[in-house]
Amino acid sequence: MAETRQFCTFTLADQYFGLEVLKVQEIMRYQEMTRVPLAHTVVCGLINLRGQIVTVIDLRKRLDMPNRPADLEPVNVVVHTDDGAVSLLVDEIGDVLQLDEISFERPPETLRGTARELITGTYKLEDRLLLILDPERTVSLPTGNREFAH
Amino acid sequence: MNEVIREFLLETHENLAQLDSDLITLEDDPTERETLARVFRTLHSIKGTAGFVGLAKLESVAHAAESLLSRLRAGDFRFNRAIASALLGVVDAVRQILGSIESNGDEGTGDYHATIVKLERLRAAGGVDEVEPSGTVSSQSTVRAAAPKSNLSTISPPPAATNLSTIGAPSQFAGKPVNATIERHKLDEAPLTEVAEPRTSTVADSTIRVDVGLLDKLMNLVGEMVIARNQVMQYSSTLEDNSFIGTVQRLNLLTTELQVNVMKTRMQPIGNVWSKFPRVVRDLSIACGKKVRYVMEGQETELDKTIIEAIRDPLTHMVRNAVDHGIEKPDIRVRNGKPPEGKLHLHAFHEGGKVIIEIIDDGGGIDPQRVRSKAISSKLITVEESSRMTDRELINLVFLPGFSTTDKVTNFSGRGVGMDVVRTNIEKIGGTVEIDSRLGHGTQVKLKIPLTLAIIPALTITSGGDRYAIPQVSLLELLRLEGEQIANRIEQIHGFPVYRLRGNLLPLVYLNEQLRIDAPRHAPGEVNIVVLQADDRQFGLVVDAIHDTEEIVVKPLQKHLKGIDVFAGATIMGDGRVALILDILGVAQRANVVSATRGRALADKTTVSVGEAVAERYSLLLFTTVGGGRMAVPLSMVARLEEFPAFLIERAGPRSVVQYRGAILHLIDVSKELRRLAKPPSRNGNGTRRKIASVTSVSNDSGTEGTTAMQVVVYAGAEGQVGLIVESILDIVEDEIAVQSQANRPGVLYTAIVHGRVTEFLDIEKLIQSTNLSIGPRAESALV
Repeated sequence: MAETRQFCTFTLADQYFGLEVLKVQEIMRYQEMTRVPLAHTVVCGLINLRGQIVTVIDLRKRLDMPNRPADLEPVNVVVHTDDGAVSLLVDEIGDVLQLDEISFERPPETLRGTARELITGTYKLEDRLLLILDPERTVSLPTGNREFAH
Repeated sequence: MNEVIREFLLETHENLAQLDSDLITLEDDPTERETLARVFRTLHSIKGTAGFVGLAKLESVAHAAESLLSRLRAGDFRFNRAIASALLGVVDAVRQILGSIESNGDEGTGDYHATIVKLERLRAAGGVDEVEPSGTVSSQSTVRAAAPKSNLSTISPPPAATNLSTIGAPSQFAGKPVNATIERHKLDEAPLTEVAEPRTSTVADSTIRVDVGLLDKLMNLVGEMVIARNQVMQYSSTLEDNSFIGTVQRLNLLTTELQVNVMKTRMQPIGNVWSKFPRVVRDLSIACGKKVRYVMEGQETELDKTIIEAIRDPLTHMVRNAVDHGIEKPDIRVRNGKPPEGKLHLHAFHEGGKVIIEIIDDGGGIDPQRVRSKAISSKLITVEESSRMTDRELINLVFLPGFSTTDKVTNFSGRGVGMDVVRTNIEKIGGTVEIDSRLGHGTQVKLKIPLTLAIIPALTITSGGDRYAIPQVSLLELLRLEGEQIANRIEQIHGFPVYRLRGNLLPLVYLNEQLRIDAPRHAPGEVNIVVLQADDRQFGLVVDAIHDTEEIVVKPLQKHLKGIDVFAGATIMGDGRVALILDILGVAQRANVVSATRGRALADKTTVSVGEAVAERYSLLLFTTVGGGRMAVPLSMVARLEEFPAFLIERAGPRSVVQYRGAILHLIDVSKELRRLAKPPSRNGNGTRRKIASVTSVSNDSGTEGTTAMQVVVYAGAEGQVGLIVESILDIVEDEIAVQSQANRPGVLYTAIVHGRVTEFLDIEKLIQSTNLSIGPRAESALV
């Protein structure tokens, strides 16, 4: 009997990503943010989530992907962390999928860079690949010696 | 009531309730070892405290119970009903004694000998009470004991009934201990519960223990409510619905009151932290071979729990320092003409919305010259810098990081071990540390601590289109330059902008630049400057726009943003959006206003040191006189500042007066009076004539000046009020006064440097005397 897990899915550019559903607190439409000068480039700003101040991270920037087109309004995926909730900006939200462990595979050795750090593996869906992100690592700041915002 | 006893009562009342249920549990299941241990501990601590505070009866009862319990605990025999009854009897006896202490202040007249005898018998006999009727005796004794202070009518009936029905009973069952104990148990219970009922405990009932987590949650909720209130207030300001606005106002008041009261629930007396110091002082003074007397004052001063926790370590550190380094050994003290026993004084009190904590010792004090040589040898300051520093500034070097480490190595006998840590910790919670020391006389450390951390008043500003909050504590004043002023008043020193603020150069820092916001340096056509204080430095922060001051709820930043030192946290504004709170020290450091190795600013501050000048901070009112330059009077002597149009000034005989608040205020023209005093002393007759002349000239002046307004400082002296006419009022400043020189003209007390400029201190009393003004309050009130 194979184990199944549930994932909250979303897209970034043409890629399909998933986060374990238990880690996701809620999905929110985009809202105005308070930008944080001098913060790391991946930090978009702060939002007020029912009295809680939540840091918003642009997942495209976190994954070293090209900037989101201006006409595309992103969506907030709010994730639990030990340090309170953190929101990830994604392009479009998908379904919650229940997936079989059998279709899971570790990322190939050829995967390099930030992606290697954040992607724990893939589920081979019928028509495409679902890339699974490590929630803790994804919401933390890149460890590399990248320059701070100017 | 003694605080120790109060605490004891409170704690014991709670423990007694637990004891009751524990004993019942044990009765049902004598094998509950943990419960037994708890019962033992409780009675043990009651005994201990009772002995400590001198409650002999309580101590003896608790002692007997403890002895019995210790055998039970050792497993010598099993807990049984007889023991339970006897111990419950103890619980009631304890209750009675506590009740008596609470109402009468003493242990009462109750005789608990029987209870004790019974406990001892049980202990000796291994849990079996052989003398049957003793049960009755014990119950009677308890009832009698209660009688004097309880309502008689509630007591008398039950004992009569129980005694009659039960006295015979036990003897019938002699030799059948099990049944007998059941009977006795019943018989003990009946009167005892009766006794317990009529008394309500005032101490225990007036307080309850609440989980701190719950209080934190309440505080958070109130924080949210403050935000919601702000939102509603903001919304209501756009409406013209009067009934709604009225309701909002009520909501506003209620929220504020709620906030104050919830904050109060988190308040703890500072004595909670101090209470461990006597022990620290004792141990340390013995270890150092010193004699120290420890005096506390203001233990009841309350602070928010989180602040109490934050100051615990710094305070401990400073107390240790005072004993270790401050107070000298007895022989040295005697040699220096001091009593062999040193004194360490802790004093806490409220002042201006803050709590001040002073740690004062009468030890050897800090030698500024030794601090200087240490600081120079550890390369914290240069020789040249040090030569320009006052003693006070030198002493403040102990706050420099790095000063401490050199200290430890060389065993230098000053203060300073970890004082930088103390300062950092205190500043983290928005407090300040000041140190003042006189060589040979002792050291005083003064902490100023905010009452609470969670909700602070802050100024909101806009920069680069975003709002930021600036904590009010750092705020000095607001300036706004428009049009030509921008070019004229802002000058450049090698490309670095400065503003002339009352003769001093104020470095300007552009927030947009510091935050690397892609926006112009300042808003078009206007420059808004927020004058701020960071460490010992002032600087002007240029922002795009300045808004209101409001109460904000400080929320910590998540770890992603912790590393950015220009932000102290974030808050939610009235419109629901997030605003960042600026960390003024961080901004100052980033802009190099304050160097990152803190306190170096102290070194290049250009205050001239004059001998043994005693520098103290005073609030001063600065003004000018015609041709007399800058003068000052202590603000404490000034009642009000007024502006009188010249036509309001009337004559009363030779004097100028003005109608002021329903009375007549005499006026003295300071410029003229000083000039008159400056003339060489002459014979009395001439003096009088000249005086009249001078007063007349005041009215002449006012005539020529026409409608111009007169700047008047209303002086509140011991004898009444008098108005001092000055040319113009400059400013109110707080500064250290280093006495520079004695006065060189009459009417002046002395000359000093205030805010970098020579200033004369006006001798008001002299001035009033010389004009022969009678300004008695009686005369004034008669006019009202």
